[in-house]
Amino acid sequence: MRRLALILLLLLPLPAAAVQPDEVLADPVLEARARDISAGLRCPVCRNESIDESNADIARTLRLIVRERLVAGDSDEEVVDFVTDRFGEYVLLRPDTSGANLVLWIGGPAMLLLAGGIGLATIRRRASATEEEGLSAEEEARLAELLKE
Amino acid sequence: MTAELGHFALILALIVAALQTLIPAVGWAKRWEGWMGFAGPAALAQFLVTGLSFMALLRAFMTSDFSLALVVENSHSAKPMLYKIAGTWGNHEGSMLLWLLILALFGAAAAVFGGGLPLRLKALVLSVQGSIGLAFAAFILFTSNPFTRLANPPFDGGDLNPLLQDPGLAFHPPFLYLGYVGLSMAFSFAIAALIEGKVDAAWARWVRPWTLAAWIFLTIGIALGSWWAYYELGWGGFWFWDPVENASFMPWLIAGALLHSAIVAEKREALKSWTILLAILAFGFSLLGTFIVRSGVITSVHAFASDPTRGVAILVLLAFFVGGGLTLYAARAGSMQAKGVFGLVSRESALVVNNVLLAVSCFIVFLGTLWPLFAEIVLGRTLSVGAPFFNAAFVPIFLALAVILPLGSILAWKRGNLSRAGKDMAPALILGVALGGLAFAMLTGRSALGALGVAIGAFVLFGALTDLWLRAGRTPRRLLRLPRADWGRGLAHGGLGVTILGIAVLSAGTLEDIRVMQEGEVMEIGAYEVTLASVSEGQGPNYLTTMADMELRRGDRLVATLHPEKRFYPVAGMPTTEAGIDSGLFRDVYLVLGDPQEGGGWAVRAYVKPFAGWIWGGAILMALGGLVSLTDRRLRIAAGARRTAPPAGVPAE
Repeated sequence: MRRLALILLLLLPLPAAAVQPDEVLADPVLEARARDISAGLRCPVCRNESIDESNADIARTLRLIVRERLVAGDSDEEVVDFVTDRFGEYVLLRPDTSGANLVLWIGGPAMLLLAGGIGLATIRRRASATEEEGLSAEEEARLAELLKE
Repeated sequence: MTAELGHFALILALIVAALQTLIPAVGWAKRWEGWMGFAGPAALAQFLVTGLSFMALLRAFMTSDFSLALVVENSHSAKPMLYKIAGTWGNHEGSMLLWLLILALFGAAAAVFGGGLPLRLKALVLSVQGSIGLAFAAFILFTSNPFTRLANPPFDGGDLNPLLQDPGLAFHPPFLYLGYVGLSMAFSFAIAALIEGKVDAAWARWVRPWTLAAWIFLTIGIALGSWWAYYELGWGGFWFWDPVENASFMPWLIAGALLHSAIVAEKREALKSWTILLAILAFGFSLLGTFIVRSGVITSVHAFASDPTRGVAILVLLAFFVGGGLTLYAARAGSMQAKGVFGLVSRESALVVNNVLLAVSCFIVFLGTLWPLFAEIVLGRTLSVGAPFFNAAFVPIFLALAVILPLGSILAWKRGNLSRAGKDMAPALILGVALGGLAFAMLTGRSALGALGVAIGAFVLFGALTDLWLRAGRTPRRLLRLPRADWGRGLAHGGLGVTILGIAVLSAGTLEDIRVMQEGEVMEIGAYEVTLASVSEGQGPNYLTTMADMELRRGDRLVATLHPEKRFYPVAGMPTTEAGIDSGLFRDVYLVLGDPQEGGGWAVRAYVKPFAGWIWGGAILMALGGLVSLTDRRLRIAAGARRTAPPAGVPAE
């Protein structure tokens, strides 16, 4: 139990830290690209934190690798590929669209179409329905009684 | 002794809950009024014994009773009293007991304020509420007893996670629970209506206050959590799309949809079966949230109780209540006749669109939150779904909702006139577009999405003002005489606009500087100069601190002296960061002290965060709008009916 607690504590986001002054690249354009890329890469030992936010050692290492690759002239995609080749797709905070992941990406729009269709059908049905008699006399009386304050 | 008393009271709560479930239900089936009448007193009794049990645990924490295992694991004698109290629910067992207490509180509130409810409906509602209490009391007693004693009590405890030792977070869980559990009332009403087979305008009117109350609490709870993340985690993020944040966000979205569809059900007797479905789903998402947090299947910052058996137990509860509810719904929903007729362009149609978009956005959050779990179990792929996905998939849908909101809110019931509504909303739209353009220019074209967000947020805000103006017949002195429901709507919608504005400006316009500073050195950021005056060591009640004195100047004027801190909690062995924040109406300056550097100096992080406060200001407005709406006399019929009823009760003799 105590060990579990310790592991949990280690996994908690340790605040502060994140990008250190000595990591920042001199070239502001490259640095901006590095920040963009880092924000999309997950720190492998953290809980739902990007390497840009995390202060875990591995996150720092990854930030340095990202910058190293950028300085070496890699494109953004090449940098991301470089990291995913070594750590797997787990580090991608924005999952790719390969295979079954398509369901994840299409799920929302598909649901929008479906729900929109049902909604439209409902509206049309209500629009073309003939006005029924409102409340029954009994319900009217009950409502009036309730509304009386 | 008090611990045993608390344990005993909890067992009593279980028994009372069982009786509250069974007796009114039997009474309902047999039409025995006396048995149905048992529901009210039982709900009160359940609140009483659960409250007693909770008080016993609270006392154990306040007096640092280290003979209780739970207190040892989560408290420390040197901890400030506020966090001793907050420690009661800062752990799995205690938070589940708080959950049960709030459930009993809502049941008791329904018993007290539900005087106007028909006896049969009230009996069923309280019976369903009792069954939820029964399930959770059993869950606590059999898997997570908070009153376990230690044979050899230690001298002191292991302390509460220091990140949780914060005023914002001390009250974050109770508010969230009030919201989660408040939705149980909507659920109980839905199940009762399905069993009775009767959903009418009066039913929708009874459900709304409970849903509204739950939604208000959820809004406050979510805002507190987000605010806490902003100032405590040390870099000013306010939303992480963390599974547990999503767990509270999904019920909020569905409760929002339910609030709106219940209006249609009440005023126009349409969308009735959809409203019932939403009520079941809203509570389902609350239970799902509990499952996500408690089981730890989805790793997250918050999952402080990662125990598979508890997870399975909650999953069983989830399957029982939601599965049962949906089955009942499938069997009975067909019998609900829609009555109201409305045109293609009407307030009703706009609310249908509102519901579609809210439900879809909730579905997207749901899909993204559970996808990693699904991928791992079914596809064997270990992957992550993070902020970039949610921003891409959720934000457009929600912005679309925001765009139709101002128009929909001024359309007439039954048959609206789109061109007239458009004409009425034109000034708000023009203002919004102008502000969006201004933002685009000022952010030097850095972010088109930010400018779009500003335009839409401003449109929603001015749209809400326009809505109030139109309701008052364009006469200023009539503004104050508007029904509170109108004010509530205006405030809540305006608040949403304010929040959207804040998020848009903050996301697009944050300035950041990270550097090493020597004491006495000056850094320029935006229009400000930041001086690191000095760094000193100190000691708090239960932590060590390294605190900086930093002066914030604009031109020659000293704006503020800020004290960012690095704290270390020796008992828990954890560091935390306290940012130094100068909050203003239009910007926050946010300073963070980092590590000391080799060769002298300190790492310092400085941010200028424009409109940061608007995010939570908007949330406060939304909650306030809900509150104002809740006090509208039309929603207080139950209380009203109670007043007009003949004096109840007979002398005891």
